[in-house]
Amino acid sequence: MSLIISNILILGGIGLVAAVVLYMVSKKFAVKESPRIKAVEALLPGVNCGACGKAGCHDFAKACAEANTEDFKNLHCTVGGQSTMQKIADLLGYKTAEKDPTVAVLRCQGSCANAPAKFEYTGLKSCRLVSRIATSQSECPDGCNRMGDCVRACKFGALRLDDITGLPVVDENKCVSCGACVAICPKKLFEIRPKGKNGERVYVACRNRQKGAVARKNCLAACIGCTKCTQIHPDIKVQDNLSYIPMNVDASQYGEKLAQICPTGAIVYTGKKEQQS
Amino acid sequence: MLKISTAPHLNAPLSTRSIMFNVILALLPTLIAGIMFFGFNALLVVVTSVAGCVAFEYLFCRFVTQTETSTWDLSAVVTGLLLAFNLPATIPLWMVLVGCFMAIILSKMVYGGIGKNMFNPALVGRVFLFISFPVEMTTWIKPQFLNFMSPDAQTAATPLKILKHLSADGSADELPSYFQMFVGNIGGCIGEVSALAILIGFVYLLYKRIISWHITFYYLSSFFILISLHWLITKSPGADPLAHLLSGGLMLGAVFMATDYTTSPMSPNGKIIFAIGCGVLTYIIRIYGVYPEGVSFAILIMNAFVPLIDKLYIPRLFGTARR
Amino acid sequence: MIKKKTFSIGGIHLDKHKITAAMPIVDAGLPELVYIPVKQHIGAPAKILVKKGDKVKVGTLLADADGIVSADIHSSVSGEIVKIDEIIDADAYPETMIVIKVEGDEHEPNIDLSPTIISEIPYTPEEIINKVRSSGIVGMGGAGYPTPVKITISEGKKVDTLLINGIECEAYLTADGRLMVEKAEQIIIGARIINKALGIQNAIIAIDENKPEAIEIMSRLTKKYVGVNVCVCQSKYPQGAEKQLIAAITGREVPPGKLPVDVGCIVHNVGTAFAIYEAVQKNKPLYERIVTVTGDDAAEHLGNYRVRIGTPASFLIAKTTQHPEHIGKIIFGGGMMGVSAVNMDAPLTKLTSGILLLNDQDAVKPPEIACIRCAKCLDACPMGLRPFAIASAIKSNDFAELKRLHTQSCIECGSCAFICPARIPLLDYCKLGKIEVKKQQ
Repeated sequence: MSLIISNILILGGIGLVAAVVLYMVSKKFAVKESPRIKAVEALLPGVNCGACGKAGCHDFAKACAEANTEDFKNLHCTVGGQSTMQKIADLLGYKTAEKDPTVAVLRCQGSCANAPAKFEYTGLKSCRLVSRIATSQSECPDGCNRMGDCVRACKFGALRLDDITGLPVVDENKCVSCGACVAICPKKLFEIRPKGKNGERVYVACRNRQKGAVARKNCLAACIGCTKCTQIHPDIKVQDNLSYIPMNVDASQYGEKLAQICPTGAIVYTGKKEQQS
Repeated sequence: MLKISTAPHLNAPLSTRSIMFNVILALLPTLIAGIMFFGFNALLVVVTSVAGCVAFEYLFCRFVTQTETSTWDLSAVVTGLLLAFNLPATIPLWMVLVGCFMAIILSKMVYGGIGKNMFNPALVGRVFLFISFPVEMTTWIKPQFLNFMSPDAQTAATPLKILKHLSADGSADELPSYFQMFVGNIGGCIGEVSALAILIGFVYLLYKRIISWHITFYYLSSFFILISLHWLITKSPGADPLAHLLSGGLMLGAVFMATDYTTSPMSPNGKIIFAIGCGVLTYIIRIYGVYPEGVSFAILIMNAFVPLIDKLYIPRLFGTARR
Repeated sequence: MIKKKTFSIGGIHLDKHKITAAMPIVDAGLPELVYIPVKQHIGAPAKILVKKGDKVKVGTLLADADGIVSADIHSSVSGEIVKIDEIIDADAYPETMIVIKVEGDEHEPNIDLSPTIISEIPYTPEEIINKVRSSGIVGMGGAGYPTPVKITISEGKKVDTLLINGIECEAYLTADGRLMVEKAEQIIIGARIINKALGIQNAIIAIDENKPEAIEIMSRLTKKYVGVNVCVCQSKYPQGAEKQLIAAITGREVPPGKLPVDVGCIVHNVGTAFAIYEAVQKNKPLYERIVTVTGDDAAEHLGNYRVRIGTPASFLIAKTTQHPEHIGKIIFGGGMMGVSAVNMDAPLTKLTSGILLLNDQDAVKPPEIACIRCAKCLDACPMGLRPFAIASAIKSNDFAELKRLHTQSCIECGSCAFICPARIPLLDYCKLGKIEVKKQQ
């Protein structure tokens, strides 16, 4: 009996001492922080993706809480989107700036069919490594490596490699345009563009700057710099044999025309979203 | 179509499977010695253990993780051999299979398979059996050299048990001669009796550069130094250093168990700390503990310290001051 | 008996791959067309001085160095420039190249082609540096750093030892070894020229022990030259890496992020020393080099060739094998650090020390399996890094950990990936780690 009592006393004593020490330590080293930061952080998605330009969600919350009205307009959480920013603004008593929802688009159509592989790579699948020792899978110097560094970089599961084309596919519903794929792609193939009304977007899905004939030889869907698209809209410019459609070109008005006039199909027009459901 | 890949374009001949194969080769002399001393029964235990380990690993990969089976890297065979070497020849075969289950499933596969386990699988299996079935695990038969089918095997005490009694009250059987203990003509587990066979395997592993000598050397020498000091100070006949060195699982543990890649530290200095820790713990358990044998507990305890040792002892970065 | 030196941390022993070690250097001959890239060095591409249709001779200046860290480019053949355009290189990226159609073999008149060895050095350091600069010499060990910069001591630095790197630890390559056997005296004079430019007295020619012929010849000839000595090192990889060589011979270790000059050493390759000799004493710009063509069984006629810069690799490969379809992989350089080529017609540059041909089986990298924590990579790393930890930090996207692991100290020698029994591409992970660490800064 005495054994049991002594055991209880000893173990209980150790527990008590530890509890007191823990309590004192937590009091002594507690970091004082504005409760507003905590409140803002609670509203954030908490994925620490860094798309806002801050080190993580806590950092962003701190920036929000400490911002004045003007600064706050420049802060935007792409993951949470407009609704989250509205909640934060309500909490802090600010006004949000209107921001259109955006999405990442892949500016390459160098699929297995359009740009067939010219060599066989064995070893660690990584676009960043392969692009150092060879171009893309084809001889296109600016094409997709089809190894999926972007897929691994995406924290939201919004990217996958298509089995047939070999190219990454963006899941519009999951993409929060955090920019991880933009940062990691060694060929800078991703671009964050406005989602557009009804999901209508139009963009040049090619980054090849080679002369038309060479570009076409490397990839069937390459932009050959023919300048036909520049006749549709004055803002579209062709530079170094490569066309670029600025974001202000209205996709619903010009998208279909642009896609039709492009001889290689390098211009992609997503069409209205309702049709795809 | 030309193939491309990043540098280097060459590979050393040693692969995981060839390393495991070499370890199996190094274990062969011990296996032969075990069969010679304990007969057909020993072979049966070894075959059961190896088959059990391989089967458990295969089934786990097939039905639980549903990944490609990892049995072809031969590591399960090594585990099976080492587990059997840590068992007496008279153990019922169903207990061997229980040991295999503990070793492969609970100590290796649930951690994520080869390379991820914290504790040496064979030792976990052995300790589990040792604690669960103490009678069967400590029934030793007298070795009968080249008598393969012995129906009326006599039981015999292991040298360690004799040593334990010697230090307790001085009344015990006589110790076998050092030569008998070196060759292995003593009672004990299948694979731990013959120091000679184990040393042949050790030399082979060193020659093939599979393991470095550090862990084995520092383990044995730290233990030997401590037990010699104890012997010199107390004059206890139960602390005969040579007898301790040659008996029990010390040799097998120091050569094949403590040197296990996965459960030992990676940096050279860490390896030394680990080995000395094993030596000290083995000494403490053997002399002051209840059990006569302490090797498996010592190694398992030090296994738990490996992550810490790996964090503390890292190699010196080129161009920075020597520590 | 000379004591054999080596570095103390890590290193691996490579199998004997030096198939071509005893084969004398032979002239590869002239191809029909040469493709001369205007960027064969670290730094800015050279500015092109010629145009299509120009007639050039061997040694004619084609492109002028653009800035300090850049190098002149000379014609390696005589003939007519037929094209200046972007042509795909070994990695299939387009590079600006000057294409010359070969007509005859006429050299610039000031180039001394006689075999006499000139040991007198009547030039001042400035003259030497200028001659080296106008000869377009770059570090021929593979880094491609312009040599004039490396024989000029910058303000505030002090150099006491010149090391001539005759250690060809890379698997398969024998070009430097043959050069030391056949052009030993020229290399020694080249070392003395560098000495004079640096204003120091002593030079050490480091040779590894698996080249007994080179050691014998060099030891005999260096007796004639005061201040030049031979040092024999162990055959260990990467003994020829700059930092490991300095550690082996002088015992000094270059701290992380520092250069050899910070510990008072300058290292030049034997090929560079020979090129400097030819440039200074013979007015011969760098337009040819020794290239080892080697491989286990993908080709028949292996050897060490003297090749004009810009010769397509396919020209050399055609000389060595009748069956190019048996080749699985073409590697520019050696087996450990060489770069596998996508394009067989890519030209050889100033930096190509060898062409390694592997058959179909050897060309494939074995698949990666689970790490068994054998610590062989840790034992092999000559920089004292922990490659397995870098690999797992990459896999778990722990970029802060990468910096703590000193990933940027990796010299990319490939010892870890070579030795790994689980065939984990550790070097690839280290390279990815370096990319990520650089991105963060």
